[in-house]
Amino acid sequence: MSEYSGYSEKDVQREVTELQSQSATAARIFDLRRIIGGLFVLYGVIVTIAGITDGQAAIDKAQGVNINLWTGLGMLLLGIFFLVWLRLRPTPPPVPPEGDGRAE
Amino acid sequence: MQTPTYQAMELAAELRLPTNGLDYTILAIYFAVVLGIGFAARRSVKTSLDFFLSGRSLPAWITGLAFISANLAATEILGMAANSAQYGAYTVHWYWIGAIPAMVFLGLVMMPFYYGSKVRSVPEMLLLRFDKWAHLLSSILFAFAAILIAGVNLYALAIVVEALLGWPQWVAIVVAGAFVLAYITLGGLSSAIYNEVLQFFVILAALIPIVVLGLKKVGGWGGLTDKLTATHGANFTTAWGGTGIGSSNPLGANWLTIVLGLGFVLSFGYWTTNFAEVQRALSAKNLSAGQRTPLIAAYPKIFIVFLVMIPGLVAAALVPKFGTPASGYQYNDAIPYLMQELLPNGVLGIAVTGLLAAFMAGMAANVSSFNTVFTNDIWGRYVVKGREDGYYVRFGRLITVIGVCASVGTAFLASSFSNIMSYLQTLFSFFNVPMFVVFIVGMFWKRASARSGFWGLLAGTVAAMVNYFVIYKRGIIDIPSDQGANFVSAIVGFVAGAVVMVVVSLFTRPKPAEELQGLVYGTTSPSMSEPPAAGDDAWYRRPALLGWGAVVLAAACYIPFSF
Repeated sequence: MSEYSGYSEKDVQREVTELQSQSATAARIFDLRRIIGGLFVLYGVIVTIAGITDGQAAIDKAQGVNINLWTGLGMLLLGIFFLVWLRLRPTPPPVPPEGDGRAE
Repeated sequence: MQTPTYQAMELAAELRLPTNGLDYTILAIYFAVVLGIGFAARRSVKTSLDFFLSGRSLPAWITGLAFISANLAATEILGMAANSAQYGAYTVHWYWIGAIPAMVFLGLVMMPFYYGSKVRSVPEMLLLRFDKWAHLLSSILFAFAAILIAGVNLYALAIVVEALLGWPQWVAIVVAGAFVLAYITLGGLSSAIYNEVLQFFVILAALIPIVVLGLKKVGGWGGLTDKLTATHGANFTTAWGGTGIGSSNPLGANWLTIVLGLGFVLSFGYWTTNFAEVQRALSAKNLSAGQRTPLIAAYPKIFIVFLVMIPGLVAAALVPKFGTPASGYQYNDAIPYLMQELLPNGVLGIAVTGLLAAFMAGMAANVSSFNTVFTNDIWGRYVVKGREDGYYVRFGRLITVIGVCASVGTAFLASSFSNIMSYLQTLFSFFNVPMFVVFIVGMFWKRASARSGFWGLLAGTVAAMVNYFVIYKRGIIDIPSDQGANFVSAIVGFVAGAVVMVVVSLFTRPKPAEELQGLVYGTTSPSMSEPPAAGDDAWYRRPALLGWGAVVLAAACYIPFSF
């Protein structure tokens, strides 16, 4: 028996290809853009409202910049960007799994 | 983690943030979403490939952002800001020369081998190229390092949370540990990666207001440089000033050790072989996406330096002698200090959320790579072999729980022995370099024999550690600083590993050529030449363009800092 592990690249290729044909990730994972979009729209709304209702003391602390307002609007834009991207390029439908007997 | 030598993460006592209900609401929403992602990702886990490698089906923009986010742990953010407060604009080296070339090299040169060989981990690549001894050594070292680093991140989180929010340390450790445990056990790597992408944007939202307001306070970039030049000298805001060989600077390194030690050896060692990073590229949906993962990540990496460096510089400009005992602040306090000074409630909540998110990113990336290496490379290959796939998924979940508990334990240990923690971290940072040597020699030299992998790895690691802990710490050779010694030890490790590999290879049999297909430069394996997927030949998806574009951009960014 050689000193090598006896486990070669062909074994890896075979095992992983097999697993890949049974894998569920491509078919079942949800689209992250919806979550990022939703979270940042929510954050954007919350922080923008905080910015609109901020007293002068808060604005002075932030060097005279209504940072809540600006950050809130920025996050809102980011969230909207993701949701628009999701709408324009929807999640591609899952590729049907390969047929049987696809071993290399 | 590629951070400068670990500084104990204590913070000055009076940094308590004026958080209120609004800020806590923002934080609570974030935790709820993180957990929700974990639950939702669970539906997609059917095979061990799903749990450990997201079924190899993620798009490049997601893996690319996860790649950069896994590196953007809070120890990195706070540490780099501290670095800037102490050393000035030298910080850019860790990003532009200390990351971009290595990331581009990974994408253009190494990913075809990594992805094409379909290995599920970096150690598995060593198994194919060398033998099971190299495999076992690298797996065990990596598993230890990953848990240690996860624990260090957790401990650092606890300290920061205690200083800023007033939570007792053990509460922070247990709560954060429980969250990471929950979402990774549920959804595996997909959960970790999705949360990392989310964390990236939250971290941006946290840091940008700090930078904007900080610059406003010191009078813009011009005002900042003026103030800093007055107190720290003109070299403080340049990248290369004072780095001639033989001239002294606070970093204790000259341009040669920066370029070779940091730019080449340390950075290539981390970015090309650290499985916590490479795992994100391996989970991409095809070879083009896999190659583009580190390349896409390179662009934010170029610019994020400004978001962490400027707060450090601003803190140094605002508070005289910031970081020294006289000022009442530590260097690590740079970002927390600015948060306290500048941010009103609302963005303060976002900043706190971003900081906590960054801590969890660092911990989760290491936990998700730990469970993969432990289950596939150690347990599944040497302990319990040949069971059905579902067993390994169950075991993967079990070892995630055990791993998180071990990091919690490490975090508690770190609270008692923070010096040991810093030693251990430095120790494990020396492990990346010999891994890189072994990979490079193995990839470009067919003659490198199976046994040489193990011996090269061992020799390089030991040489680097001996150089640092014995020769430097005992004062046998004079190196001005810890940082400089780090760079030199990395070079020593590299050379020692390479020499030992060559010597061992000359005395042992090489591997037969048919076992080296797809593992050595100049050979191919079947899946390396898969036809591009639809749309992947668009110009903005060309790896070469993306890669060289990043290198040129990073080089261009040096120009304003070099005069």
